[in-house]
Amino acid sequence: MKERTDRVARWAALGLLVAALSVVAAGCGGGDDDGGSAALEGLGSSTEEIAELAHEEGEVNLVIWPSYAVLTDEFTSATGCTVNTKDGASSDDMISLMQTGAYDGGSFSGNATVRMMATGDVAAVDTDLVPNYADISEGIKGKDYNSLDDEPYGVPHGRGPNYLMFRTDELPEDTDSWAVIWEDDQLAANKGKISIYDDSIFIADAAVYLKATQPDLGIEDPYQLTQEQFDAAVALLKKQAPNVGEYWPGDVVKQIGSFTNGDSTVGTTWPYQYLQLQKANVPVAAIKPKEGTTGWSDTWMVSSSAANPNCMYLWMNHMASPEAQAAVAEGFGEAPVNLKACDLTTNPNHCEDFHADDESWWEDVYYWTTPDETCKDDDDSTTCVTQADWKAAWTEIRG
Amino acid sequence: MTSVSIGEAPPRQGPGRRLSTFLYRHPRVRLWALLALPGLWLGLVYIGSLIVLLLSAFWTTDSFTSELVHEFTLDNFRKIIETPVYRDVAVRTITMAAAVTVACAVLAFPLAYYMARIASVRTRNLLVVAVLMPLWASYLVKAYAWQVILSGQGVINWFLDPLGLAFDGRSNVGLWLVFTYLWLPYMVLPIYAGLERIPGSLLEASADLGGRSLRTFFRVTLPLVFPAVVAGSIFTFSLTLGDYIAPTLIASDQFIGTVIYREYGTALPIAAAYAMVPIAVIFGYLLVARKLKAFESI
Repeated sequence: MKERTDRVARWAALGLLVAALSVVAAGCGGGDDDGGSAALEGLGSSTEEIAELAHEEGEVNLVIWPSYAVLTDEFTSATGCTVNTKDGASSDDMISLMQTGAYDGGSFSGNATVRMMATGDVAAVDTDLVPNYADISEGIKGKDYNSLDDEPYGVPHGRGPNYLMFRTDELPEDTDSWAVIWEDDQLAANKGKISIYDDSIFIADAAVYLKATQPDLGIEDPYQLTQEQFDAAVALLKKQAPNVGEYWPGDVVKQIGSFTNGDSTVGTTWPYQYLQLQKANVPVAAIKPKEGTTGWSDTWMVSSSAANPNCMYLWMNHMASPEAQAAVAEGFGEAPVNLKACDLTTNPNHCEDFHADDESWWEDVYYWTTPDETCKDDDDSTTCVTQADWKAAWTEIRG
Repeated sequence: MTSVSIGEAPPRQGPGRRLSTFLYRHPRVRLWALLALPGLWLGLVYIGSLIVLLLSAFWTTDSFTSELVHEFTLDNFRKIIETPVYRDVAVRTITMAAAVTVACAVLAFPLAYYMARIASVRTRNLLVVAVLMPLWASYLVKAYAWQVILSGQGVINWFLDPLGLAFDGRSNVGLWLVFTYLWLPYMVLPIYAGLERIPGSLLEASADLGGRSLRTFFRVTLPLVFPAVVAGSIFTFSLTLGDYIAPTLIASDQFIGTVIYREYGTALPIAAAYAMVPIAVIFGYLLVARKLKAFESI
């Protein structure tokens, strides 16, 4: 009897192993498709055809920054496409979501768009099929984060800075510098109450501060750093790390909660959290400090393997419309790119408050982008630290 | 019952009958049929996908696009062994898992003992329900609730304030409290089951032989229930070892789970290589648990 059960057990184990290895073989066998800028399959060739095909598709699946999808009910009743969204925590998170192939597109910042254009995960956009594209500010079009080889790859969404936010009952109201989270004495004073964005892109914020305070390092672009500049930024971050109370992981709820409770009194944030805290009457202020700041200019892009390309094109057109631009700009707290939205915001001064038309204000806002080994300059002799090394360094900094 | 006269062939049976007869006559086919579905799930879905994931530990990613590159390399393992931060995080996680296990055992034992040996049937049933009820609440709800409890304005500090003390809840100590709370039911139930199994006659015999209560406890009860404690500890240890949600919400230090979660999207090879660490630790833990006969007490 024991011999029989032994034999059964042995055959069962062999069977399991075979099953497992067959899965592995299937997984390894599939090669990757090479990313070319092929035309999007299933896309209509005119706006009328797109509207028709969209009715058949019936839905659009998006990866977005929190609260970026606005007026979805109006959109659905106008086009017949239901909107399903997934919030991304960081650009890395969004890239891996897009790689699953389950999404038709989304709103991406420069550090995601550059990579996805390079791999071919997103497709070029035929702007003739997006009527509202014509109303978007010319200054945002044709940038290196939303176009490749002079072809537009997305529909711009809006832009904003990463603010320095602080509770006005803990820090002086005239705080105007990033020093409160970088200088030794301030770090000690605010120990345990600092709230920092948990992503490797934050290394650029250290670089922005070093650009202003240590000019002999020669930092020009906080995303393209030589090894020496990078090491200085990492050293600064490692000095800061023991004093940080929380690293908020793209989960805005955590940061909103900690500022409301007073567990955090100073940190980096997106305008969205600042607006939510203001609505809840928490005494906070958010500023762009005098050293400048990092920021983001976001773009709606369509996946090159989108299952619902027509609904996606209608969505991109919808988000470029003045109504949607006004709604999302006020909801998130950013500057719209379609200036017709400025007449529709409930706060008539929204566009001035958020500098939508003031290019000089954006000169010291460094939009998120991807570190490139070539330093993105014409000088062949310079090499910069790679995206992979940024990511690896962040794990070390966090300790 | 149809009558059969001699010389006639028996009536033809329906297909259902024939199948059941076949299975009756071939017990091995019965066994395989029973095992087929769970076996398929275990082999294909679970082990197969784990192997695919762990295979990527031998690959690498493009330094710019973060795309997976199918080239064999041992770099990821070298990085994990050589970079001190990965070692520190592993040690921190294992220490936390051990601390949570000890805390759960200390808290669960008196409760389980009361439930098994002292409480009346009615009280016992009520306590079992009470212990199991937190498992019905969503993990996230509990974690967020603890975030509020541990905050500067939370209940704990509300007690300590008048005494002039302050408790920084958003620390590893706070996280330890949260884990202990979350996994306590998993420790209470095996210990309760283990204690219930001890026949009362053994304890009476010990008393008859002159053992007072403490002596009986240490010499009779504890050795008999120890495997059950180890069985419960398997849950608390392994659940803490791999968790990433509570550390993200409560603490700001890195743990194995949070590192893997962050690397998973665009640095999959490192995440996969690092995932081998908790697998190896648990393997070792289970081998020890098996030696201590915990598997008979789950």
